[in-house]
Amino acid sequence: MSTPPEAGPARRAAERAARESYGRLVAFLASRSGDVAAAEDALALAFAAALRQWPVEGVPERPEAWLHAVAKRRQLDELRRHADDVRLAADWRVLLDEALPEADELPDRRAALLFACAQDGIEPAIRAPLMLQTVLGLTAAQIAEAFLMAPATLGQRLVRAKARIKRDGLAFALPDRADLPARVASVLDAVYAAYTKGWSEPDPAAGIAMAEEAIWLATVVTGLLPDEPEARGVLSLMLYAEARRRARTDAAGDFVPLSEQDVTRWDARMIELATRLLQAANDAPASGRFQVEAAIQSAQVSRRLGGTATLDDIVRLYDLLALLAPSPVVRLNRALAIAQRDGPAAALPLLDELDTDERMATYQPYWAARASVLAGLGLRDMAQVAFRQAIGLSSNAAVRSWLQRQSDGLGSVR
Amino acid sequence: MKFLMTLLHVEAAGAAIPPEDMAKYMDQMYAYRAALIKAGVYVQTNGLANSSTAFTVRTEDGQLRVHDGPYADTREQAGGYFIIDTKDAEDARLWASRCPGATWGIVEVRQIIESRPL
Repeated sequence: MSTPPEAGPARRAAERAARESYGRLVAFLASRSGDVAAAEDALALAFAAALRQWPVEGVPERPEAWLHAVAKRRQLDELRRHADDVRLAADWRVLLDEALPEADELPDRRAALLFACAQDGIEPAIRAPLMLQTVLGLTAAQIAEAFLMAPATLGQRLVRAKARIKRDGLAFALPDRADLPARVASVLDAVYAAYTKGWSEPDPAAGIAMAEEAIWLATVVTGLLPDEPEARGVLSLMLYAEARRRARTDAAGDFVPLSEQDVTRWDARMIELATRLLQAANDAPASGRFQVEAAIQSAQVSRRLGGTATLDDIVRLYDLLALLAPSPVVRLNRALAIAQRDGPAAALPLLDELDTDERMATYQPYWAARASVLAGLGLRDMAQVAFRQAIGLSSNAAVRSWLQRQSDGLGSVR
Repeated sequence: MKFLMTLLHVEAAGAAIPPEDMAKYMDQMYAYRAALIKAGVYVQTNGLANSSTAFTVRTEDGQLRVHDGPYADTREQAGGYFIIDTKDAEDARLWASRCPGATWGIVEVRQIIESRPL
């Protein structure tokens, strides 16, 4: 192809640095200047310079430090151009910082940036998306998919939020301990959305990196707020899911649903940790969305391992979840739990109710669920239409093949 | 905004795919097209004949010449395309990530700059 052969490794190194360091670098650069958009711009230019220079000059020994140095220089150039501006306080912070010797390791300020995105000046609905974009480097389209929002609208709101941070000079330091509890809910929403995004990522390596990042951030938040049961809840929830990662595909790379997974491939140590976290979370009086979702995971794992949890327990947990966090996604999962307990006929009316929600038209899990319920009822033609829609909306090749096998299987049982 | 998604793959490798696997792949392509139509973003899709059947026309030393064969010998060849009409570039990315063409090949996406109507 058009890329010279020696450019391949350099380009891959730049891409890996972009994936692994994006959030850390934006957090670091923005924590000095308070301007997230400018930090992203400076970093984008640094990545562009890397793609130009690394294939020629070789990949630097510490790619992240190289990117940081170039982005910082770029940030300074930009500040000097606006030397007459009134944002003196921020400017001085950066210039002072410039005078300090380069640290070998960049301090990790991602957690601080997460909490900074949740401050009063930023409208609540945009906080989690803002964190995903600035700390985890997701695109507006990926975030829109995770939150069932229109990409164009979300993009505009993100731009407005960043302009607001810049105009009001909102601080990007770790907030006071007293401020953390009020901000933690949107931080946890963002962390969990990043984790679920990691699940559906078409590139497995990128998906694992994203999931690890989300688990790491949740661990940091749990450390900052040891009394916050929802932080433990979300960490428990993610660990239950992560423990099953290896079992989710078979040796041939094909998708395996939870009910058919080989439990010996589950990570027992991770499940034990998840269970301990859930128990610790449940010691607190309040019960939040993530605790309930972790409890559902725990019940499902327990059922597969021959424990005492029943299908009725799972439905009742979904009832509770629907009260705590009503959303079409929760209604969809509750319908699937009811299908398991009472059979597909009980679930179909619940799915039909959801069908009026226009967001479901392009929501892949809805069509996969609808297809399996219709198949269970023997409504072959309708099931095949739903399977087709689920296949057409999937970005995961293993899931596509699995859905196709389910759909083909309908033909033979007829 | 309209986008052209060109589906690139190694023709020789494509020809070696067993027919039953190819049938499944085509089925996924039809499902993808149906999902595009249902979402109201579909404009057009078509396949392209083997690149060995291509010919090029150019001017050399003031003379118009026709050469048999494709313009460039690349590892991957274009095997088909989709045109989609989405709200914005981010939405086009999302739809491109769902294209089964990325399973065995590369999906190249470029915005279409529409010409003015005559």
